[in-house]
Amino acid sequence: MANGALQFLLNDEIVTLDNFDPNLTVLQYLRNIENKTGTKEGCASGDCGACTVVVAELSNTSTDLAYKSINSCITFLGAMHGKQLITVEHLKPASQLDSNEKLHSVQQNMVDHHASQCGFCTPGFVMSSFALHKNKQNPDREEVLEALAGNLCRCTGYRSIIDAAIDQTNDCGNDSFAQNYQQTVDKLSVLNQLPAVQIQSTNKSYFAPKSSQELSTYLLAHPNATLVAGGTDLALSVTQHLSSINELVYLGEVEELNAITVDDEFIHIGSAVPYHKFTHLLEKEYSDLGDMIERIGSMQIRNNGTLGGNIGNASPIGDMPPALISLGCTMELQCGDKTRTVLVEDYFVDYKKTILAPSEFIKSISIPRANKPKAEAALKVYKISKRIDDDISAVLASFYIELTNNQVTAIRIAFGGMAAIPKRALATEQVLLNNAFTKENIDRAQQALTQDYQPMSDVRASDAYRMRVAQNLLEKCFIELTQSSASSTPHQLIETRVINHA
Amino acid sequence: MRNLTNVPKGTDKSVDAATQAIEIGLGGVGKHKKHESAEKHVSGEALYIDDKPELQGQLHAAVGQSTHAHANIKSLDLSAVKAAEGVIAVITVEDVPGHTDIGPVFPGDPVLAIGKVEYVGQPIFAVAATSHDLARKAVTLAKIDYEPLEAVLTVKQALEQQSFVRPPFTMQRGESDAAIEKAKHQLSGEITIGGQEHFYLEGQVSSAEPTEDGGMVVYSSSQHPSEVQKLVAEVLAIPLNLVVVDTRRMGGGFGGKETQAAPWACLAALLANKTKRPVKFKLSRMDDMIMTGKRHPFENNYTVGFNDKGVIEGINITVNGNCGYSPDLSDAIVDRAMFHSDNAYYLNEAKVTGNRCRLNTVSHTAFRGFGGPQGVMTIEMVMDDIARHLGKDPLTIRKANLYGKNERNITHYYQTVEHNKLPELMDSLEQSSDYQARRKSINDFNKQSPILKKGLALTPVKFGISFTVQHLNQAGALVHIYTDGTIHLNHGGTEMGQGLFTKVAQIVAEEFQVNVDTVGVSATRTDKVPNTSPTAASSGTDLNGKAAQAAAITIKKRLINFACEHYFIDESGVVFDNNQVILSMNDKVMHTFSFAEFVQQAYMNRVSLSATGYYKTPKIHFDRSTGKGRPFFYYSTGASVSEVLIDTLTGEYKVLRADILHDVGHSLNPAIDRGQIEGAFIQGMGWLTTEELMWNDQGRLLSNNPATYKIPAISDTPEDFRVDLVPDDPNREQTIYNSKAVGEPPFMLAISVWSALKDAIASVADYKLSPKLDTPATPERVLWAVESMKAHNKTDKTA
Repeated sequence: MANGALQFLLNDEIVTLDNFDPNLTVLQYLRNIENKTGTKEGCASGDCGACTVVVAELSNTSTDLAYKSINSCITFLGAMHGKQLITVEHLKPASQLDSNEKLHSVQQNMVDHHASQCGFCTPGFVMSSFALHKNKQNPDREEVLEALAGNLCRCTGYRSIIDAAIDQTNDCGNDSFAQNYQQTVDKLSVLNQLPAVQIQSTNKSYFAPKSSQELSTYLLAHPNATLVAGGTDLALSVTQHLSSINELVYLGEVEELNAITVDDEFIHIGSAVPYHKFTHLLEKEYSDLGDMIERIGSMQIRNNGTLGGNIGNASPIGDMPPALISLGCTMELQCGDKTRTVLVEDYFVDYKKTILAPSEFIKSISIPRANKPKAEAALKVYKISKRIDDDISAVLASFYIELTNNQVTAIRIAFGGMAAIPKRALATEQVLLNNAFTKENIDRAQQALTQDYQPMSDVRASDAYRMRVAQNLLEKCFIELTQSSASSTPHQLIETRVINHA
Repeated sequence: MRNLTNVPKGTDKSVDAATQAIEIGLGGVGKHKKHESAEKHVSGEALYIDDKPELQGQLHAAVGQSTHAHANIKSLDLSAVKAAEGVIAVITVEDVPGHTDIGPVFPGDPVLAIGKVEYVGQPIFAVAATSHDLARKAVTLAKIDYEPLEAVLTVKQALEQQSFVRPPFTMQRGESDAAIEKAKHQLSGEITIGGQEHFYLEGQVSSAEPTEDGGMVVYSSSQHPSEVQKLVAEVLAIPLNLVVVDTRRMGGGFGGKETQAAPWACLAALLANKTKRPVKFKLSRMDDMIMTGKRHPFENNYTVGFNDKGVIEGINITVNGNCGYSPDLSDAIVDRAMFHSDNAYYLNEAKVTGNRCRLNTVSHTAFRGFGGPQGVMTIEMVMDDIARHLGKDPLTIRKANLYGKNERNITHYYQTVEHNKLPELMDSLEQSSDYQARRKSINDFNKQSPILKKGLALTPVKFGISFTVQHLNQAGALVHIYTDGTIHLNHGGTEMGQGLFTKVAQIVAEEFQVNVDTVGVSATRTDKVPNTSPTAASSGTDLNGKAAQAAAITIKKRLINFACEHYFIDESGVVFDNNQVILSMNDKVMHTFSFAEFVQQAYMNRVSLSATGYYKTPKIHFDRSTGKGRPFFYYSTGASVSEVLIDTLTGEYKVLRADILHDVGHSLNPAIDRGQIEGAFIQGMGWLTTEELMWNDQGRLLSNNPATYKIPAISDTPEDFRVDLVPDDPNREQTIYNSKAVGEPPFMLAISVWSALKDAIASVADYKLSPKLDTPATPERVLWAVESMKAHNKTDKTA
């Protein structure tokens, strides 16, 4: 085995690849190379979940395994290094001695609840349910919906699938993975000691550095290299647009980029940390932000997708940038051994254009904590999309407002989906800043929004709807903030959110 | 003599009642049998076409697509395509040995473009390459020079230009114009109803393998293997007996694989014929969404006259279906929209006109309901509009207009509505769903909630069962019993997840009173049962169940005759029970054989253990020249109540609760039927809410992937979802075990969601106006409808 080979566990067998096309997805590898066709391709774009597999990886302490569902269709194979890849075929152990093979309990429950019809989405649901039950005993309905929101079924209407997943006889505590737990930990521990994966073939290269030092040095020499963290967006260029990435650098193993540190003032999140590892931290600070993150993509997407990626691809419809802008967040960029700190707000230049220099990369994002007792501060975030689950926003609104004696003493409003970049509503802010927080001023602010934005029409919404909804969200924010400060009794509270209605 | 298989012996012990009760027990018609492939689905062992191991020399296909909605092809330079990595063959229509038109009913669908293109995405040439990705990359390299022509891209344009794929058709009873004029109240309205992408999770796929005699074996994910067989034979110019089409299962069909699975099978076969190598053609999701037809978008309008009670006295309805560029199945689809323009209501004097508009888009096709839902939507809009006009609850108006039992029971196409149970069914649902109390509490909620509003609606469905094309209402089956007592079942129906194979196996097992797992189901194949109809029109079980039963009865009769002759007993002394054959004389049991033992005896005594079965639906006829007849053997009915919550600032909404009561006659398998009802409801809800097809002004589909086209996801399913089958009430018509078809009818139950959204919107203007809400009712459309209510409130105040 050459130094720098890719090594991972396929179920409990070690796979070693000295050479592979960095554009190869996990799904293509499973179906075309391993002939494991239980994992299906429904869309090859991470939207349907038919390709869901489960990855087990060592947690920070290196003694525990964390199980997560991912979309194999938009995960490059390189990301499997040092991990255990589990597919639907592995749930029903193929025991040669025992002719009476038994289904895993998550599979048996799908059968017992009549939860498959055409069966094509079924392996994906099985794997999402398996990951859920690995992480949570007896999950409730909300947890089931959250775990399965990235799996589409066109036949059943989902009721039977929900019933199967919520059934208390689902049991992962004594399955083959539980029985082999320690062996898996030991094997992965060895794999994680291996040097960085580096593949160089005639026309393609792949590198997975382990430190920001390795990364920055490499990028200075390879300024055209493509960076990938979760790959949930980048992989589409390969699977949907048929392009080929020749120099790929994987950030998932760079230690500094995968760190989270929390101090009194800030939460610092490494750019390659996937959502599922920091959502709970942000939810504690800003509940609206936590709720919104749970609607970014799906569980599979949030298990791979990263904050750095969401900012880095500079999409006008990324959900995190408006929220980060309105919170006044900063980000640290590194090039060589030089670093600089910029406001997230200043990062975006134009449609898909940023201030990122050649060989530079996003190291981390710093989010101020909500512990500001001096003023009445609030963050309100609204995501508007056609579908509640796993949809891209038509409009994403984020309002950060500090009130002192009903005067607006600080305000940052940012929208996604309203311009070519995630952008602040400076004219609107100006109307409200240092003025009384009243309906009259909100009305004026609504008018000012038309100075800040000239949204466009596309497949998600018309320009007129985007503007009207943006204006209405300002009103909604006003209602929510004023009634929460008023001494109204609960039954007088005006309900304002369809999603929260019980 | 060879030895026969060892089989279990019969037991004299009386049947253990407990054993019989167990789910794995006998035959099981009426029981909650699991899907025949359930274990294979959950373990990933169920093989779909793309999962089959690749053969030596396997090639993969892709097609070059038109980038214009309407244009002449001035020149086509494929040199770069031919030179591309991995490419083995490139074909155009010039390379087609036989027919170049693969239109399923009427001509109009070239297998590859012939000199001109008529929609964006139309296949112009096809490539076979060594991998799926290389084929896809190669087709992008063509240099095509177009001469753009004027394209018809809206229904309005098509109507103005009389651009139709088939001539208009009218059904008329009485003098509707006069009746409308004479009525105390008149209203008119119009609605735009969006189409729907099938989004079967398994995309279109076919695999063709050349045979030694110039023929072709084709594995196709198709609802209509016999049609694929015919079209493949025709494009190759070979007889039908040289083509075998095999369909084990589809990963969803929903009508999208009725006619539109064939082009990909034909192209795979053409490339396989050219290269003499196996060729697989799997459409990528985006190509599938761009190149295959959808549910027809419709633009309908009505004028109605009614009395103070809201009872319709006369009505004119026009339905305008957007058929796309070719006839495909559109004639029958627009017909079905017309047949269902009454839904459950007596229209009195009525005129229903259907236009089949020809647009330069992909050819729209069958989709669960087959035009019926678009017809039902129009009359349900009429019900809501009448109710708001008269200031009554829409449920009152719906009940007032229902078909009667012995009067007011003849449709606008002169079929008598028999055995009408809808009045009782709706009453029962109104009670069980607590409709009236919830109506009150919703009014209270809306009064105190300025931003969020609730809505409630109860809507019925009556859906005609039978292909409206008479000759399709036939089916065949093939049953073998082997000498170990196992049964092999084959029939013309295809399995797309709906549980057809399970139900038909139950029917055969019931006939022989054996365990259902004794019956092995097998892939639908054109060499086993020939000349079959598509699995469509909800008729799969009605037709194939009866055919399989007929085959089973033929064998069973032979077994009975053998028993009588061999053991000198009467027919009445032969009983099939609990996997056994019990022979009695004068009520005294003489012999008890296991089913397998008895089958072996029959074999040794030279009794044929194989039979075909055949069925054709009785009673049906329709004369299109007079617009009169009985196109439907019977009607399936049901009703639903939906409660929704909307946000008047954003248009966002949520379905809070849905109650369904649906009539499936004597259910063959309540678990499967419930699955069909729930799945249809959610799919219908998607059609009416979040699933928005959007084409740009060049005729290019913008919503061409699942990131931009949103089918319902898991939390769209209402948390409170109550589905009941009408307590066992056998179909009065002699269907298989007096069951009723279930595939399509419950799709239209979702119309209660749309009506409930309108109810919530109407609350903004105190229910004085009937909101116009085109579909899909996206948050954007809901917000605009709310704003129009608010605008009315403002003018009301200033007035």
